[in-house]
Amino acid sequence: MGARLRSIWPPVLIAVLALAAWQLLVVVRNIPPYLLPSPSLIAGNFFKDISLMWGAAFYTGTSALLGLMFGTFLGVLAALLAQRFIVVNNLITPLAAGLAAVPIIALTPILNNMFNITSRTPRVLVTTIIVFFPIFVNVIRGLVQVQPVQLELMRSMNASPRTVLRILRIPNAIPFFFTGMKVAAPLAVIAALVAEYFGGPQEGLGSRIASNAANTAYGRAWAYVAAAIITGLLFYVIVILLERWVAPWTSRPRPAS
Amino acid sequence: MTTTTSDLAVQAQGIWKVFNAGLANEVTALQDIDLVVGRGEFVSLIGPSGCGKSTLLRVIADLTDATQGSLQVAGMSAAQARQEQRYGIAFQQAALFDWRTVRRNVELPLELQGWDKGRRQARAMELLEMVQLADFADHRPWELSGGMQQRVAIARSLAVDPPLLLMDEPFGALDEMTRERMQNELLRIRQETGKSIIFVTHSIPEAVYLSDRVVVMSPRPGRITDVIPVSLGERDDDTREAESFFESVTAVREALRGNPSSPARARVGEV
Repeated sequence: MGARLRSIWPPVLIAVLALAAWQLLVVVRNIPPYLLPSPSLIAGNFFKDISLMWGAAFYTGTSALLGLMFGTFLGVLAALLAQRFIVVNNLITPLAAGLAAVPIIALTPILNNMFNITSRTPRVLVTTIIVFFPIFVNVIRGLVQVQPVQLELMRSMNASPRTVLRILRIPNAIPFFFTGMKVAAPLAVIAALVAEYFGGPQEGLGSRIASNAANTAYGRAWAYVAAAIITGLLFYVIVILLERWVAPWTSRPRPAS
Repeated sequence: MTTTTSDLAVQAQGIWKVFNAGLANEVTALQDIDLVVGRGEFVSLIGPSGCGKSTLLRVIADLTDATQGSLQVAGMSAAQARQEQRYGIAFQQAALFDWRTVRRNVELPLELQGWDKGRRQARAMELLEMVQLADFADHRPWELSGGMQQRVAIARSLAVDPPLLLMDEPFGALDEMTRERMQNELLRIRQETGKSIIFVTHSIPEAVYLSDRVVVMSPRPGRITDVIPVSLGERDDDTREAESFFESVTAVREALRGNPSSPARARVGEV
Protein backbone atom coordinates (compact mmCIF):
# COMPACT_ATOMS: atom_id res chain seq x y z
CA MET A 1 0.00 0.00 0.00
CA GLY A 2 2.87 2.35 0.86
CA ALA A 3 4.39 1.76 -2.55
CA ARG A 4 1.07 2.49 -4.25
CA LEU A 5 0.70 5.76 -2.33
CA ARG A 6 4.22 6.74 -3.29
CA SER A 7 3.43 6.13 -6.96
CA ILE A 8 0.18 8.11 -6.75
CA TRP A 9 1.32 11.37 -5.16
CA PRO A 10 3.60 12.74 -7.93
CA PRO A 11 0.86 12.93 -10.62
CA VAL A 12 -1.62 14.28 -8.04
CA LEU A 13 0.87 16.96 -7.02
CA ILE A 14 1.48 17.93 -10.64
CA ALA A 15 -2.27 18.13 -11.30
CA VAL A 16 -2.82 20.34 -8.23
CA LEU A 17 0.08 22.60 -9.20
CA ALA A 18 -1.18 22.88 -12.78
CA LEU A 19 -4.69 23.81 -11.61
CA ALA A 20 -3.25 26.40 -9.21
CA ALA A 21 -1.13 27.91 -12.00
CA TRP A 22 -4.18 27.97 -14.28
CA GLN A 23 -6.29 29.72 -11.63
CA LEU A 24 -3.49 32.22 -10.95
CA LEU A 25 -3.05 32.95 -14.66
CA VAL A 26 -6.76 33.64 -15.19
CA VAL A 27 -7.05 35.87 -12.09
CA VAL A 28 -3.79 37.80 -12.50
CA ARG A 29 -4.13 38.39 -16.25
CA ASN A 30 -7.89 38.90 -15.91
CA ILE A 31 -8.65 36.54 -18.79
CA PRO A 32 -12.32 36.56 -19.85
CA PRO A 33 -14.21 33.24 -19.42
CA TYR A 34 -14.96 32.91 -23.15
CA LEU A 35 -11.21 32.61 -23.71
CA LEU A 36 -10.37 30.52 -20.69
CA PRO A 37 -12.59 30.05 -17.64
CA SER A 38 -10.87 29.55 -14.30
CA PRO A 39 -10.85 26.14 -12.59
CA SER A 40 -12.94 27.59 -9.76
CA LEU A 41 -15.64 28.74 -12.22
CA ILE A 42 -15.68 25.31 -13.90
CA ALA A 43 -15.83 23.55 -10.54
CA GLY A 44 -18.61 25.86 -9.40
CA ASN A 45 -20.68 25.06 -12.50
CA PHE A 46 -19.86 21.37 -12.18
CA PHE A 47 -21.10 21.03 -8.62
CA LYS A 48 -24.07 23.38 -9.06
CA ASP A 49 -25.39 21.23 -11.92
CA ILE A 50 -24.07 17.93 -10.70
CA SER A 51 -27.32 16.11 -11.51
CA LEU A 52 -27.24 17.44 -15.09
CA MET A 53 -23.59 16.36 -15.34
CA TRP A 54 -24.48 12.92 -14.11
CA GLY A 55 -27.41 12.63 -16.52
CA ALA A 56 -25.35 13.64 -19.56
CA ALA A 57 -22.44 11.42 -18.55
CA PHE A 58 -24.83 8.53 -18.04
CA TYR A 59 -26.33 8.99 -21.51
CA THR A 60 -22.98 9.24 -23.32
CA GLY A 61 -21.46 6.57 -21.09
CA THR A 62 -24.28 4.19 -22.04
CA SER A 63 -23.64 4.77 -25.78
CA ALA A 64 -19.91 4.27 -25.18
CA LEU A 65 -20.46 1.10 -23.15
CA LEU A 66 -22.78 -0.42 -25.76
CA GLY A 67 -20.33 0.41 -28.56
CA LEU A 68 -17.45 -0.91 -26.48
CA MET A 69 -19.27 -4.18 -25.88
CA PHE A 70 -20.26 -4.71 -29.52
CA GLY A 71 -16.86 -3.61 -30.85
CA THR A 72 -15.02 -5.84 -28.39
CA PHE A 73 -17.22 -8.80 -29.22
CA LEU A 74 -16.73 -8.34 -32.97
CA GLY A 75 -12.99 -7.65 -32.59
CA VAL A 76 -12.40 -10.81 -30.55
CA LEU A 77 -14.58 -12.89 -32.88
CA ALA A 78 -12.75 -11.61 -35.97
CA ALA A 79 -9.37 -12.29 -34.33
CA LEU A 80 -10.38 -15.86 -33.47
CA LEU A 81 -11.55 -16.48 -37.03
CA ALA A 82 -8.46 -14.84 -38.51
CA GLN A 83 -6.19 -16.99 -36.33
CA ARG A 84 -8.02 -20.16 -37.28
CA PHE A 85 -8.51 -19.59 -41.00
CA ILE A 86 -5.75 -18.00 -43.04
CA VAL A 87 -8.34 -17.06 -45.70
CA VAL A 88 -10.28 -15.02 -43.16
CA ASN A 89 -7.03 -13.46 -41.99
CA ASN A 90 -6.12 -12.34 -45.50
CA LEU A 91 -9.62 -10.96 -45.86
CA ILE A 92 -10.03 -9.18 -42.54
CA THR A 93 -6.62 -7.70 -41.88
CA PRO A 94 -6.54 -5.29 -44.85
CA LEU A 95 -10.21 -4.56 -44.25
CA ALA A 96 -9.54 -3.72 -40.62
CA ALA A 97 -6.61 -1.50 -41.60
CA GLY A 98 -8.81 0.24 -44.15
CA LEU A 99 -11.49 0.70 -41.53
CA ALA A 100 -8.94 2.30 -39.21
CA ALA A 101 -7.98 4.78 -41.92
CA VAL A 102 -11.57 5.94 -42.54
CA PRO A 103 -12.45 9.13 -40.62
CA ILE A 104 -15.20 7.20 -38.89
CA ILE A 105 -16.63 10.09 -36.95
CA ALA A 106 -17.21 11.86 -40.24
CA LEU A 107 -19.50 8.96 -41.13
CA THR A 108 -21.90 9.95 -38.37
CA PRO A 109 -24.12 12.21 -40.54
CA ILE A 110 -24.42 9.38 -43.07
CA LEU A 111 -25.25 6.89 -40.35
CA ASN A 112 -27.73 9.41 -38.98
CA ASN A 113 -29.51 9.24 -42.33
CA MET A 114 -29.28 5.46 -42.58
CA PHE A 115 -30.62 4.83 -39.10
CA ASN A 116 -33.12 6.60 -36.92
CA ILE A 117 -31.54 9.93 -36.01
CA THR A 118 -33.67 10.16 -32.89
CA SER A 119 -32.18 6.96 -31.55
CA ARG A 120 -28.83 6.17 -30.05
CA THR A 121 -28.04 3.68 -32.83
CA PRO A 122 -25.74 5.81 -35.06
CA ARG A 123 -23.59 6.75 -32.04
CA VAL A 124 -23.30 3.19 -30.85
CA LEU A 125 -22.38 2.12 -34.38
CA VAL A 126 -19.62 4.71 -34.68
CA THR A 127 -18.25 3.65 -31.30
CA THR A 128 -18.42 -0.02 -32.29
CA ILE A 129 -16.38 0.58 -35.44
CA ILE A 130 -13.79 2.64 -33.55
CA VAL A 131 -13.43 0.04 -30.80
CA PHE A 132 -13.13 -2.88 -33.21
CA PHE A 133 -9.68 -2.06 -34.52
CA PRO A 134 -7.52 -1.87 -31.35
CA ILE A 135 -9.22 -4.98 -29.99
CA PHE A 136 -8.79 -6.97 -33.21
CA VAL A 137 -5.14 -6.01 -33.73
CA ASN A 138 -4.11 -6.79 -30.16
CA VAL A 139 -6.05 -10.01 -29.76
CA ILE A 140 -4.83 -11.46 -33.06
CA ARG A 141 -1.26 -10.74 -31.97
CA GLY A 142 -1.85 -12.42 -28.61
CA LEU A 143 -3.31 -15.49 -30.30
CA VAL A 144 -0.43 -15.81 -32.76
CA GLN A 145 2.54 -14.72 -30.66
CA VAL A 146 2.97 -17.78 -28.48
CA GLN A 147 6.43 -19.10 -27.67
CA PRO A 148 7.43 -21.71 -30.29
CA VAL A 149 8.62 -23.95 -27.44
CA GLN A 150 5.14 -23.85 -25.91
CA LEU A 151 3.67 -24.95 -29.23
CA GLU A 152 6.16 -27.81 -29.40
CA LEU A 153 5.22 -28.79 -25.88
CA MET A 154 1.53 -28.87 -26.85
CA ARG A 155 2.38 -30.97 -29.90
CA SER A 156 4.41 -33.38 -27.78
CA MET A 157 1.26 -33.84 -25.71
CA ASN A 158 -0.72 -34.54 -28.87
CA ALA A 159 -2.98 -31.52 -28.42
CA SER A 160 -5.49 -30.73 -31.20
CA PRO A 161 -5.63 -27.19 -32.66
CA ARG A 162 -8.78 -26.58 -30.61
CA THR A 163 -7.03 -27.64 -27.42
CA VAL A 164 -4.06 -25.43 -28.28
CA LEU A 165 -6.48 -22.55 -28.72
CA ARG A 166 -8.17 -23.17 -25.38
CA ILE A 167 -5.13 -24.07 -23.28
CA LEU A 168 -2.46 -21.85 -24.83
CA ARG A 169 -3.56 -19.22 -27.35
CA ILE A 170 -6.55 -17.70 -25.56
CA PRO A 171 -4.86 -17.36 -22.15
CA ASN A 172 -1.80 -15.98 -23.94
CA ALA A 173 -3.99 -13.37 -25.66
CA ILE A 174 -5.59 -12.08 -22.46
CA PRO A 175 -2.85 -9.54 -21.60
CA PHE A 176 -2.93 -8.37 -25.23
CA PHE A 177 -6.72 -8.10 -25.03
CA PHE A 178 -6.42 -5.78 -22.04
CA THR A 179 -3.80 -3.67 -23.81
CA GLY A 180 -6.38 -3.20 -26.56
CA MET A 181 -9.11 -2.49 -24.01
CA LYS A 182 -7.02 0.21 -22.35
CA VAL A 183 -6.89 2.02 -25.70
CA ALA A 184 -10.47 1.21 -26.71
CA ALA A 185 -12.31 2.12 -23.50
CA PRO A 186 -11.45 5.86 -23.31
CA LEU A 187 -11.66 5.98 -27.11
CA ALA A 188 -15.23 4.67 -26.89
CA VAL A 189 -16.22 7.61 -24.67
CA ILE A 190 -14.61 10.10 -27.05
CA ALA A 191 -16.31 8.48 -30.08
CA ALA A 192 -19.74 8.41 -28.43
CA LEU A 193 -19.32 12.04 -27.38
CA VAL A 194 -18.11 13.42 -30.70
CA ALA A 195 -20.83 11.49 -32.56
CA GLU A 196 -23.36 13.65 -30.67
CA TYR A 197 -22.11 16.78 -32.47
CA PHE A 198 -23.96 15.74 -35.62
CA GLY A 199 -27.52 16.04 -34.38
CA GLY A 200 -29.93 13.65 -32.75
CA PRO A 201 -30.94 13.48 -29.08
CA GLN A 202 -29.47 16.32 -27.00
CA GLU A 203 -29.01 14.49 -23.69
CA GLY A 204 -25.34 13.59 -23.95
CA LEU A 205 -22.09 15.28 -22.97
CA GLY A 206 -21.19 16.17 -26.55
CA SER A 207 -24.54 17.84 -27.23
CA ARG A 208 -24.33 19.78 -23.95
CA ILE A 209 -20.78 20.98 -24.58
CA ALA A 210 -21.80 22.17 -28.05
CA SER A 211 -25.01 23.91 -26.97
CA ASN A 212 -23.52 25.60 -23.88
CA ALA A 213 -20.54 26.84 -25.89
CA ALA A 214 -22.97 28.21 -28.49
CA ASN A 215 -24.94 29.97 -25.72
CA THR A 216 -21.76 31.52 -24.29
CA ALA A 217 -22.14 29.49 -21.09
CA TYR A 218 -18.43 28.73 -21.14
CA GLY A 219 -18.10 27.75 -17.51
CA ARG A 220 -20.81 25.17 -17.93
CA ALA A 221 -19.45 23.93 -21.28
CA TRP A 222 -16.13 23.32 -19.56
CA ALA A 223 -17.87 21.62 -16.65
CA TYR A 224 -19.28 19.13 -19.17
CA VAL A 225 -15.78 18.69 -20.59
CA ALA A 226 -14.63 17.84 -17.07
CA ALA A 227 -17.48 15.34 -16.78
CA ALA A 228 -16.35 13.79 -20.08
CA ILE A 229 -12.78 13.46 -18.79
CA ILE A 230 -14.04 11.82 -15.61
CA THR A 231 -16.19 9.41 -17.64
CA GLY A 232 -13.24 8.44 -19.83
CA LEU A 233 -11.00 7.92 -16.80
CA LEU A 234 -13.70 5.84 -15.14
CA PHE A 235 -13.84 3.56 -18.20
CA TYR A 236 -10.05 3.25 -18.10
CA VAL A 237 -9.93 2.47 -14.38
CA ILE A 238 -12.65 -0.16 -14.73
CA VAL A 239 -10.57 -1.87 -17.43
CA ILE A 240 -7.50 -1.86 -15.17
CA LEU A 241 -9.43 -3.28 -12.23
CA LEU A 242 -10.96 -5.91 -14.49
CA GLU A 243 -7.48 -6.86 -15.73
CA ARG A 244 -6.14 -7.25 -12.18
CA TRP A 245 -9.07 -9.45 -11.33
CA VAL A 246 -9.22 -11.59 -14.49
CA ALA A 247 -5.49 -11.79 -15.29
CA PRO A 248 -3.43 -11.10 -12.18
CA TRP A 249 -0.31 -12.49 -13.85
CA THR A 250 -0.16 -9.69 -16.44
CA SER A 251 0.88 -7.05 -13.94
CA ARG A 252 4.03 -9.09 -13.22
CA PRO A 253 7.22 -8.83 -15.23
CA ARG A 254 7.22 -11.42 -17.98
CA PRO A 255 10.14 -13.84 -18.19
CA ALA A 256 13.08 -12.49 -20.16
CA SER A 257 13.22 -15.46 -22.49
CA MET B 1 22.41 -60.92 -24.89
CA THR B 2 19.57 -60.82 -27.35
CA THR B 3 17.49 -57.71 -27.41
CA THR B 4 13.94 -57.56 -28.62
CA THR B 5 12.36 -54.34 -29.81
CA SER B 6 10.45 -53.86 -26.57
CA ASP B 7 13.71 -53.76 -24.65
CA LEU B 8 14.71 -50.68 -26.57
CA ALA B 9 13.67 -47.13 -25.78
CA VAL B 10 14.79 -45.85 -29.18
CA GLN B 11 15.96 -47.60 -32.30
CA ALA B 12 16.99 -45.34 -35.17
CA GLN B 13 18.49 -46.56 -38.42
CA GLY B 14 19.76 -44.48 -41.32
CA ILE B 15 18.00 -41.30 -40.24
CA TRP B 16 18.43 -38.36 -42.60
CA LYS B 17 17.02 -34.90 -42.16
CA VAL B 18 17.44 -32.47 -45.03
CA PHE B 19 16.06 -28.94 -44.83
CA ASN B 20 15.11 -27.10 -48.05
CA ALA B 21 15.80 -30.17 -50.14
CA GLY B 22 16.59 -29.32 -53.75
CA LEU B 23 16.95 -25.61 -53.07
CA ALA B 24 20.09 -23.50 -53.08
CA ASN B 25 20.06 -23.30 -49.28
CA GLU B 26 19.74 -27.05 -48.79
CA VAL B 27 21.10 -28.18 -45.42
CA THR B 28 21.75 -31.75 -44.35
CA ALA B 29 20.99 -31.52 -40.65
CA LEU B 30 21.24 -35.26 -40.03
CA GLN B 31 23.18 -37.73 -42.13
CA ASP B 32 22.68 -41.45 -41.79
CA ILE B 33 22.14 -41.56 -38.02
CA ASP B 34 22.11 -44.92 -36.28
CA LEU B 35 21.25 -44.77 -32.62
CA VAL B 36 20.04 -47.38 -30.20
CA VAL B 37 19.04 -46.52 -26.65
CA GLY B 38 18.32 -49.41 -24.31
CA ARG B 39 15.60 -49.39 -21.71
CA GLY B 40 16.72 -47.54 -18.60
CA GLU B 41 19.78 -46.19 -20.36
CA PHE B 42 21.00 -42.59 -20.05
CA VAL B 43 22.43 -41.35 -23.34
CA SER B 44 23.73 -37.84 -23.99
CA LEU B 45 24.00 -36.20 -27.39
CA ILE B 46 26.87 -33.76 -27.49
CA GLY B 47 28.38 -31.60 -30.18
CA PRO B 48 28.91 -28.01 -31.28
CA SER B 49 26.01 -25.80 -32.37
CA GLY B 50 24.58 -26.87 -35.68
CA CYS B 51 25.56 -30.53 -35.33
CA GLY B 52 21.92 -31.58 -35.38
CA LYS B 53 21.66 -32.90 -31.81
CA SER B 54 18.47 -30.94 -31.12
CA THR B 55 17.12 -31.90 -34.55
CA LEU B 56 17.73 -35.55 -33.76
CA LEU B 57 15.85 -35.17 -30.48
CA ARG B 58 12.98 -33.46 -32.31
CA VAL B 59 12.84 -36.27 -34.85
CA ILE B 60 12.64 -38.82 -32.02
CA ALA B 61 9.90 -36.70 -30.39
CA ASP B 62 8.02 -36.53 -33.73
CA LEU B 63 8.09 -32.75 -33.54
CA THR B 64 9.62 -32.85 -37.01
CA ASP B 65 9.74 -35.61 -39.66
CA ALA B 66 12.82 -37.49 -40.70
CA THR B 67 13.49 -37.15 -44.41
CA GLN B 68 14.51 -40.78 -44.56
CA GLY B 69 15.25 -43.70 -42.24
CA SER B 70 13.49 -46.00 -39.84
CA LEU B 71 12.72 -45.03 -36.29
CA GLN B 72 11.08 -46.84 -33.41
CA VAL B 73 10.32 -45.18 -30.11
CA ALA B 74 9.22 -47.42 -27.23
CA GLY B 75 8.60 -50.19 -29.75
CA MET B 76 6.30 -48.17 -32.01
CA SER B 77 6.51 -45.45 -34.64
CA ALA B 78 7.59 -42.02 -33.42
CA ALA B 79 4.19 -40.57 -34.32
CA GLN B 80 2.38 -43.25 -32.36
CA ALA B 81 4.75 -42.82 -29.42
CA ARG B 82 3.92 -39.13 -29.35
CA GLN B 83 0.20 -39.73 -29.70
CA GLU B 84 0.26 -42.26 -26.88
CA GLN B 85 2.43 -40.05 -24.68
CA ARG B 86 5.25 -42.58 -24.47
CA TYR B 87 7.78 -39.86 -23.81
CA GLY B 88 8.00 -36.70 -21.74
CA ILE B 89 9.99 -33.73 -22.96
CA ALA B 90 11.82 -30.82 -21.34
CA PHE B 91 13.43 -27.90 -23.16
CA GLN B 92 16.04 -25.29 -22.33
CA GLN B 93 13.20 -22.88 -21.65
CA ALA B 94 10.93 -24.21 -18.94
CA ALA B 95 7.94 -23.23 -21.15
CA LEU B 96 5.64 -22.93 -18.15
CA PHE B 97 2.31 -21.14 -18.54
CA ASP B 98 2.28 -17.94 -16.48
CA TRP B 99 -1.49 -18.06 -16.06
CA ARG B 100 -1.35 -21.42 -14.30
CA THR B 101 -0.08 -22.14 -10.84
CA VAL B 102 2.93 -24.43 -10.48
CA ARG B 103 0.68 -27.36 -9.65
CA ARG B 104 -1.64 -26.74 -12.60
CA ASN B 105 1.37 -26.56 -14.91
CA VAL B 106 2.35 -30.04 -13.79
CA GLU B 107 -1.26 -31.17 -14.23
CA LEU B 108 -1.35 -30.01 -17.86
CA PRO B 109 -0.45 -33.33 -19.57
CA LEU B 110 -2.91 -35.15 -17.30
CA GLU B 111 -5.63 -32.63 -18.10
CA LEU B 112 -5.11 -33.26 -21.82
CA GLN B 113 -5.46 -36.98 -21.14
CA GLY B 114 -8.76 -36.39 -19.42
CA TRP B 115 -7.82 -37.32 -15.85
CA ASP B 116 -10.35 -36.11 -13.30
CA LYS B 117 -9.43 -33.25 -11.01
CA GLY B 118 -8.80 -35.23 -7.83
CA ARG B 119 -6.44 -37.72 -9.44
CA ARG B 120 -4.69 -34.94 -11.32
CA GLN B 121 -4.01 -32.96 -8.19
CA ALA B 122 -2.79 -35.97 -6.26
CA ARG B 123 -0.41 -36.97 -9.07
CA ALA B 124 0.89 -33.41 -9.45
CA MET B 125 1.59 -33.14 -5.73
CA GLU B 126 3.39 -36.47 -5.80
CA LEU B 127 5.63 -35.18 -8.61
CA LEU B 128 6.20 -31.83 -6.94
CA GLU B 129 7.32 -33.68 -3.85
CA MET B 130 9.74 -35.65 -6.00
CA VAL B 131 11.31 -32.43 -7.30
CA GLN B 132 11.07 -30.92 -3.79
CA LEU B 133 8.72 -28.12 -4.73
CA ALA B 134 5.55 -29.20 -2.92
CA ASP B 135 5.63 -25.97 -0.88
CA PHE B 136 5.43 -23.95 -4.09
CA ALA B 137 2.41 -25.73 -5.58
CA ASP B 138 0.20 -22.65 -5.47
CA HIS B 139 2.86 -20.17 -6.60
CA ARG B 140 2.99 -18.70 -10.08
CA PRO B 141 5.92 -19.74 -12.31
CA TRP B 142 7.45 -16.23 -12.36
CA GLU B 143 7.80 -16.32 -8.60
CA LEU B 144 10.30 -19.18 -8.94
CA SER B 145 14.02 -19.12 -9.77
CA GLY B 146 15.26 -20.53 -13.08
CA GLY B 147 16.34 -23.79 -11.47
CA MET B 148 13.01 -24.21 -9.73
CA GLN B 149 11.14 -23.52 -12.97
CA GLN B 150 13.18 -26.19 -14.69
CA ARG B 151 12.30 -28.66 -11.90
CA VAL B 152 8.63 -27.89 -12.50
CA ALA B 153 9.17 -28.58 -16.21
CA ILE B 154 10.79 -31.92 -15.36
CA ALA B 155 7.92 -32.80 -13.04
CA ARG B 156 5.52 -31.98 -15.89
CA SER B 157 7.50 -34.19 -18.31
CA LEU B 158 7.09 -37.08 -15.85
CA ALA B 159 3.38 -36.52 -15.26
CA VAL B 160 1.94 -39.30 -17.40
CA ASP B 161 4.76 -41.62 -16.27
CA PRO B 162 6.27 -42.14 -19.75
CA PRO B 163 9.08 -44.68 -20.07
CA LEU B 164 11.28 -42.22 -21.97
CA LEU B 165 12.46 -38.71 -21.16
CA LEU B 166 13.75 -36.39 -23.89
CA MET B 167 15.71 -33.40 -22.62
CA ASP B 168 16.99 -30.59 -24.82
CA GLU B 169 19.67 -28.67 -22.87
CA PRO B 170 17.36 -28.39 -19.88
CA PHE B 171 20.08 -26.94 -17.65
CA GLY B 172 21.68 -24.78 -20.35
CA ALA B 173 20.39 -21.49 -18.92
CA LEU B 174 21.32 -22.23 -15.30
CA ASP B 175 24.39 -21.14 -13.35
CA GLU B 176 27.08 -23.74 -12.68
CA MET B 177 26.16 -24.46 -9.05
CA THR B 178 22.45 -24.81 -9.73
CA ARG B 179 23.34 -26.91 -12.72
CA GLU B 180 25.33 -29.46 -10.69
CA ARG B 181 22.54 -29.65 -8.13
CA MET B 182 20.03 -30.26 -10.91
CA GLN B 183 22.23 -32.99 -12.36
CA ASN B 184 22.26 -34.81 -9.03
CA GLU B 185 18.53 -34.37 -8.78
CA LEU B 186 17.99 -35.75 -12.28
CA LEU B 187 20.09 -38.83 -11.48
CA ARG B 188 18.11 -39.37 -8.29
CA ILE B 189 14.82 -39.10 -10.22
CA ARG B 190 16.17 -41.50 -12.79
CA GLN B 191 17.06 -43.98 -10.07
CA GLU B 192 13.63 -43.66 -8.50
CA THR B 193 11.73 -44.01 -11.76
CA GLY B 194 13.97 -46.14 -14.01
CA LYS B 195 13.33 -43.91 -17.04
CA SER B 196 15.33 -44.08 -20.24
CA ILE B 197 16.75 -40.65 -20.91
CA ILE B 198 18.12 -38.91 -24.00
CA PHE B 199 19.85 -35.73 -22.99
CA VAL B 200 21.11 -33.03 -25.36
CA THR B 201 23.91 -30.85 -24.02
CA HIS B 202 27.01 -28.98 -25.08
CA SER B 203 28.72 -29.40 -21.72
CA ILE B 204 31.28 -32.20 -21.67
CA PRO B 205 31.39 -32.66 -17.86
CA GLU B 206 27.60 -32.68 -17.75
CA ALA B 207 27.37 -35.35 -20.43
CA VAL B 208 30.01 -37.52 -18.72
CA TYR B 209 28.57 -37.11 -15.23
CA LEU B 210 25.03 -38.04 -16.26
CA SER B 211 25.41 -40.63 -18.97
CA ASP B 212 25.96 -44.30 -19.56
CA ARG B 213 27.02 -43.37 -23.07
CA VAL B 214 27.97 -40.10 -24.70
CA VAL B 215 27.09 -39.81 -28.38
CA VAL B 216 29.44 -37.34 -30.07
CA MET B 217 28.11 -35.46 -33.08
CA SER B 218 29.73 -33.18 -35.62
CA PRO B 219 28.25 -30.51 -37.92
CA ARG B 220 27.92 -29.98 -41.67
CA PRO B 221 26.51 -32.50 -42.21
CA GLY B 222 25.22 -33.48 -38.77
CA ARG B 223 26.36 -36.99 -38.02
CA ILE B 224 27.47 -39.24 -35.20
CA THR B 225 31.25 -39.42 -35.11
CA ASP B 226 31.79 -41.36 -31.93
CA VAL B 227 30.10 -43.06 -29.01
CA ILE B 228 31.93 -43.02 -25.67
CA PRO B 229 30.75 -45.41 -22.96
CA VAL B 230 31.10 -44.04 -19.45
CA SER B 231 31.45 -46.35 -16.48
CA LEU B 232 31.69 -44.35 -13.31
CA GLY B 233 29.32 -46.46 -11.22
CA GLU B 234 27.21 -44.70 -8.60
CA ARG B 235 27.60 -40.92 -8.94
CA ASP B 236 28.15 -38.61 -6.00
CA ASP B 237 29.97 -35.33 -5.50
CA ASP B 238 33.32 -37.15 -5.32
CA THR B 239 32.72 -38.49 -8.82
CA ARG B 240 33.30 -35.04 -10.27
CA GLU B 241 36.84 -35.10 -8.88
CA ALA B 242 37.67 -38.73 -9.65
CA GLU B 243 40.45 -39.78 -12.01
CA SER B 244 38.08 -41.89 -14.10
CA PHE B 245 35.75 -38.88 -14.51
CA PHE B 246 38.53 -36.80 -16.03
CA GLU B 247 39.57 -39.68 -18.26
CA SER B 248 36.07 -39.84 -19.72
CA VAL B 249 35.95 -36.06 -20.06
CA THR B 250 39.23 -36.21 -22.00
CA ALA B 251 37.91 -39.02 -24.19
CA VAL B 252 34.80 -37.00 -25.09
CA ARG B 253 36.84 -33.85 -25.66
CA GLU B 254 39.19 -35.63 -28.02
CA ALA B 255 36.28 -37.19 -29.86
CA LEU B 256 34.78 -33.73 -30.29
CA ARG B 257 38.06 -32.48 -31.71
CA GLY B 258 37.94 -35.31 -34.21
CA ASN B 259 40.92 -37.00 -32.61
CA PRO B 260 39.42 -40.24 -31.36
CA SER B 261 42.40 -41.84 -29.65
CA SER B 262 40.52 -43.01 -26.60
CA PRO B 263 40.61 -46.74 -25.87
CA ALA B 264 37.09 -46.43 -24.55
CA ARG B 265 35.84 -45.88 -28.08
CA ALA B 266 32.94 -48.05 -29.16
CA ARG B 267 31.26 -48.77 -32.41
CA VAL B 268 28.55 -46.32 -33.34
CA GLY B 269 25.09 -47.55 -32.50
CA GLU B 270 26.16 -50.41 -30.28
CA VAL B 271 24.27 -50.88 -27.03
